[in-house]
Amino acid sequence: MIITGKEHNWEIVCGLEIHCQIISEAKIFSGASTRFGADANENVSFVDAGMPGMLPVLNGYCVHQAVKTGLGLRAKINNYSEFSRKNYFYADMPTGYQITQFLYPIVGEGVVTVDLDDGSSKDIRIERMHIEQDAGKSIHDIDPNKTFIDLNRAGVGLMEIVTKPDFRSPEEAGAFLRKLRSILRYLGTCDGNMDEGSMRCDINVSVRPEGSDELRTRCEMKNVNSVKFVMQAIENEARRHVEVYENGGSIEQETRRFDPATGLTKALRKKEFAHDYRYFPEPDLPPLVLSDEYIRKVADELPELPDAKKARFVDKLGLTKYDASVICENKEVADFFEKAAAGHDAKKVANWLMGDFFAMLKRKNINIEESPVTAENLGALVELIEKNVISGKIAKDVFEIMSETGDSPAKIVEEKGLKQVTDAGAIEAIVDRVIAENQDKVGAYKGGKTGLMGWFVGQVIKESKGKANPQVVNSLLAEKLN
Amino acid sequence: MAKITSLTVHETLDGLKNKEFTALELAKAYLAAMEEKRALNAYVLETAETALAQAEESARRYRDGTARALEGIPLGIKDLFCTKGIRTTACSHILDGFVPPYESTVTANLFAAGAVCLGKLNMDEFAMGGSNETSYYGPAVNPWQEEKKLVPGGSSGGSAAAVAANICAAATGTDTGGSIRQPAAFCGVAGIKPTYGRCSRYGIVAFASSLDQAGPIAKDVRDCALLLNVMAGYDAKDSTSVKTETPDFTKALGQSVKGLKVGVPAEYRPTGLNAEIAACWDKGIKILREAGAEVVEISLPHTRYALPVYYIIAPAEASSNLARYDGLRYGLRVPGEHLDNMYVNSRTAGFGVEVKRRIMVGTYVLSAGYYDAYYLKAQKVRRLIRDDFVRAFNDCDVILTPTSPTTAFPIGDAQMKENPINMWLNDVFTVSVNLAGLPGMSLPAGLSANGLPLGLQLIGRAFDEETMFKAAAVLEKEIGFERLK
Repeated sequence: MIITGKEHNWEIVCGLEIHCQIISEAKIFSGASTRFGADANENVSFVDAGMPGMLPVLNGYCVHQAVKTGLGLRAKINNYSEFSRKNYFYADMPTGYQITQFLYPIVGEGVVTVDLDDGSSKDIRIERMHIEQDAGKSIHDIDPNKTFIDLNRAGVGLMEIVTKPDFRSPEEAGAFLRKLRSILRYLGTCDGNMDEGSMRCDINVSVRPEGSDELRTRCEMKNVNSVKFVMQAIENEARRHVEVYENGGSIEQETRRFDPATGLTKALRKKEFAHDYRYFPEPDLPPLVLSDEYIRKVADELPELPDAKKARFVDKLGLTKYDASVICENKEVADFFEKAAAGHDAKKVANWLMGDFFAMLKRKNINIEESPVTAENLGALVELIEKNVISGKIAKDVFEIMSETGDSPAKIVEEKGLKQVTDAGAIEAIVDRVIAENQDKVGAYKGGKTGLMGWFVGQVIKESKGKANPQVVNSLLAEKLN
Repeated sequence: MAKITSLTVHETLDGLKNKEFTALELAKAYLAAMEEKRALNAYVLETAETALAQAEESARRYRDGTARALEGIPLGIKDLFCTKGIRTTACSHILDGFVPPYESTVTANLFAAGAVCLGKLNMDEFAMGGSNETSYYGPAVNPWQEEKKLVPGGSSGGSAAAVAANICAAATGTDTGGSIRQPAAFCGVAGIKPTYGRCSRYGIVAFASSLDQAGPIAKDVRDCALLLNVMAGYDAKDSTSVKTETPDFTKALGQSVKGLKVGVPAEYRPTGLNAEIAACWDKGIKILREAGAEVVEISLPHTRYALPVYYIIAPAEASSNLARYDGLRYGLRVPGEHLDNMYVNSRTAGFGVEVKRRIMVGTYVLSAGYYDAYYLKAQKVRRLIRDDFVRAFNDCDVILTPTSPTTAFPIGDAQMKENPINMWLNDVFTVSVNLAGLPGMSLPAGLSANGLPLGLQLIGRAFDEETMFKAAAVLEKEIGFERLK
């Protein structure tokens, strides 16, 4: 995206830091549960509450999840990493420091390929990913004079993914977040729900004259919680920078707050008031050393990821790139599709899936897992069309019934007597009747109004209650009228 | 017969086994002695009820024949150890009224072995100090001199004073820069700081995590071994505790030191070293040599950097470890208009001067722009200090030094008050051991001309406490130090 300026155009330079909650039963440094929806302060151990003498113990499963994620980001897994303390006082951070990774993160440089709307793709470089603990929640709206603290989230494992400043438009950032979410869900390492806060995004934005490679002062917006808001925040912040520069001003490095109500950003904290976090190596935890063998073992567990799946759907099943990328964004959809397409015309299955099937999910406001139409039945429906048992038009009616009853299409077709009539004798009787009853139109047709052929076909199919095979109808009519 | 409170742990265990007295009689005798010696201010909390209940259980077990390793042994517990249901304050105002809902691993091990809890012992606030004077409850008093009140040393001052005064059979201590060994030396008792990772730090109020280590303070070397047997062991709840078998340390006692190489570091004999302390050290060297050990001169060239390195790393870690005392969840809260005011008010009122000083130093050395010059540099020098010991242990099996450059000094000593550095200098012989993570122990080695105890320090290879115990037992036997009765 290029912003038009007075003298020259401007280019956006943007990088993201994404906090992703690790899917795990227990918190990253304590045995407490991570169960969502528990009562306030129910999932809190003495470690999480920062009680005297309590010590963190690293949850090996969180490490496993992080390594898996790193591999999914096509990133280098570091054999040696270290934990550090990030020191700051806040009421929902009971120890007064966050255990994180600073100089030596568990995951190094990687890359995520994003698909853009114009059909092109772009590689976004990952700078690093580290693991750390989450803070608790301060609740300010229960009492006008008091803040309440819920430590259920305190100590839940996070992965912080940092990109290089590779985004040149809000769309690229949006596409990246969707792709990242897709990868994380494929891996099962983070549920990626931005609205529930299990994936949170910090945005760094600056602008520069188009074609230049300078890096100007950036501003940071913290905790933006939807893809749409991220895109809005980038665009509006970039436009603000342009306006400031074009009015002869300068941008100060600061943290800003994105206001979802207005779509604008507001200054929160200037650089000189930035915290001095006094990072130092966490003395309660030894360095984390991962063997090549361990990393190989995790790599062996990786599922097929969206890019590979998409390529396979294009190469082996003949889908278009666009269809494949829509279907592969969500693993459940891709799995459903593969099951439905097994043994059938994959392209037709894809059309049904992305057309009537998605529309049905949307109308019913349900997930694919809750669909009354099973993958097998969707495949069977396509097969009935392929084998000329029903027409495409009847199939739509059958699908509607399937989406109410969950019955197999064969059963519905049988029970409702919807089988397509290909018996030329039966169809011929209808053709003859229609011709006999519409002699005026026959005259007009013969007089040169050949466009009436369509009307005749429609009449015959209507008379057959949709069951007449259109091809047979066509050839019979052509025979009798010409 | 001597008073039963004058007995060592191993003598007491014999007495209990031989039914010379019961565990309940023993506990009552100690509780009476504690009451009698309250002026020492060694205990900040007496737990008579707990003690009597535990002693009754112990008495029953002796009757049943199910007595455990330390059955009925009355212990004092340094107030740095969290004790379930028993107030634990680290002798800081900021932990006022804090009653932990959990038990430290070390005390849990001791009580599971039948030990009896007499109460919580005085110490320097958050273990920061070398004289017990920084305690919120005022200093414990050294029992060796009645006329002029002397410090018991610190930070485990209450532990050393109580053991010396026979108001506990033995005590737990912790040692970050000398906090077990120096008070042990000042009070004429034995104390061991085990190898870093030997004892779990779980449930011990943290001062400097990479240096803190728990250990016993006891009447003699054998008692130290008996207690350490129980206190030590891998603990999954402390990631820095080491997965290694705990040997029976008493097996090292009474073994010959013939052929043992005893290192004597030149750097520990600076010009101006107190003559009595130098003489005491020489006596130790002579004893070991005459017992067949080979005495070798060694060099620990980075010794002179140990104190500055320690007083960067320990405060740095402390500044972070003490951030949790914010008035929010437990302990003292002094209200304020906003959250930040409440922090400031609570911490201003809750921490003493020495603790504040170290938080300030620690915060400074970790701050942006100073980290590399102080903390990072200190970590590098720490490695050099450790390497000194690794090299030295190529030439010797155990190292012998004095424990402290001075004997116990008066409470409120003007010179110590004048400049905190003077107080910090007390740690000069002990801090290197913590920085290198090695085991060190102090044992009483004699009395100064004015009748105050002197201590000798043994330093071992990592996880080789046994060699240290072996040498300590030989020294102890030859020295024949006379404890207070």
